[in-house]
Amino acid sequence: MSALLEVDGLTVHHGQLAAVVSVDLSVEQGETLAVIGANGAGKSTLLRTIAGVLRPTTGTIRLAGRDVTRLPAHRRVAEGISLVPEGRRLFESLTVEENLLTGEYRGRPGPWTPARVMELFEWMGPRRRQVSAQLSGGEQQAVAIGRALVANPRLLLLDELSLGLAPIVVRQIYQRLPEIISSGTTVLLVEQDVAQAMRVAGRVQCLLEGRTVLAGRPAELALADVERAYFGLRTGSDPPGDRAESAPAGPAQARPASAPTDDQAVAQPSGAVEGTAS
Amino acid sequence: MNWLNALVQGILLGGLYALFACGLSLMFGVMRIVNLAHGDFAVLAAFGAYLVISSTPLGTLAATVVVIPLFALLGYVLQRGLIQRALTVGPLSTLLVTFGLSIIIQNLLLQAFSADTRSLPAGSLASASLRLSGQISVSYLAVLTFALAVVVLLGLQGFLSRTALGRMLRATSDDREAASLVGADTRHVYAVATAIAFATVALAGLLFAMRSSFDPSIGPTRLLFAFEAVVIGGLGSLWGTLVGGMVLGLAQTLGAQIDPALTLLGGHLIFLAVLAFRPQGLIAARSG
Repeated sequence: MSALLEVDGLTVHHGQLAAVVSVDLSVEQGETLAVIGANGAGKSTLLRTIAGVLRPTTGTIRLAGRDVTRLPAHRRVAEGISLVPEGRRLFESLTVEENLLTGEYRGRPGPWTPARVMELFEWMGPRRRQVSAQLSGGEQQAVAIGRALVANPRLLLLDELSLGLAPIVVRQIYQRLPEIISSGTTVLLVEQDVAQAMRVAGRVQCLLEGRTVLAGRPAELALADVERAYFGLRTGSDPPGDRAESAPAGPAQARPASAPTDDQAVAQPSGAVEGTAS
Repeated sequence: MNWLNALVQGILLGGLYALFACGLSLMFGVMRIVNLAHGDFAVLAAFGAYLVISSTPLGTLAATVVVIPLFALLGYVLQRGLIQRALTVGPLSTLLVTFGLSIIIQNLLLQAFSADTRSLPAGSLASASLRLSGQISVSYLAVLTFALAVVVLLGLQGFLSRTALGRMLRATSDDREAASLVGADTRHVYAVATAIAFATVALAGLLFAMRSSFDPSIGPTRLLFAFEAVVIGGLGSLWGTLVGGMVLGLAQTLGAQIDPALTLLGGHLIFLAVLAFRPQGLIAARSG
């Protein structure tokens, strides 16, 4: 059986910097794959390239066997790829309902409609006429997910859902994910929050400085290995503090919110230990 | 009684200014483009209609019906072929490109039509008038212009808030990349915005030309009125544009009532006062 998404030897440059280096990746129909990695590992670049916002230097991207490497982002929506971008990126002068409706513009027919999204997130219905700029971060994230769902994507790309949100809000949003997956959507998500990613994903792939350093099913991965891959601690000779200097911070990765979420990310692998032990 | 007359005429004149300014406002609101050739395109439309009327048996109304769709098409092509390229280079280059267009249009018109002033025949529409009371009468053309302005603004409002393409226009204005991520070909969306702007500027240009005379070099002067109406009303708000147009029209007719030499000065003074004391405009734009 062939995969829904096949990425082959993908290399993406931000100017001189190679943010993603010959990454291979495949996602089966109905599967959830999480790409994890520290800040600046190239996760967002990878996702944005799959969505068509960025152009790869080399490599191919195939959706259900069809080569979409050269398609612009707006044409990939009709093919069935929708990205929930990092930082949510709602249309701020549009209402909640109008934001959801934009998902229908070039979307595919399917089970997801603005009404169905409002059932998934119960608070949305009564507040549908509210301008989205007035929503809290977590609410905006929910609308951003809804907007992507309304296009009925075959492949849903989620970029750093947890970024800049309180842990409890992150948990609430991730609680909705199984319902989305059970509707038949294949999910490729990118996360710094390893515990959250390991909990929802069928498979994880860890990036370090643009390369795949570890891949496997969450249950089969030793947490020490994940930690080593995540922070790039090779055979214990590199002190952990080196990570900040060695991680390439390309223009796309240089974001103001990186400082607080970094602390959160550092704390997460230990959370993952508790998560699987229980 | 003369003051009341000036008041009525000023408000009606404001409709024309609003119609003229809404295209400028739309292009700035959606694409952050200041079209410095806006006034010249209005004049170009007038000459286009003049050419149609003088070389075919068609009348002014038929010429209007021909010129407006052609202008919408011109706007679409110009956006895709020229302005879009300038946009990708940077915001300053769109200023240079539209400034260049302004000069090119003026000189081509001068070459083709000479510097003579002309006007479009409006028949009984311009000469007949509606007598409201003893001393106040308004021309049918002025009433029609105001009504058209309101209809166009209402239509534009409806298009932006109720249709999928209109919604995408607002979405693209908020966040261009996010709009492409929900499937909008933003170059097409931009070209549609320009096409609408060009259709409205053509309509305004034709109404201007029926009301008063025009020559190839009058574009920049007209552009100033559009800028003033937009700034007085508030950038990015359609109804603000109507209010701005009316305030500008009133300032001009009331100024003229004091002394005919004050016509333009009255408008400029109001414009400066708004810039100094309420730079966001009388009606602030939508939030965000």
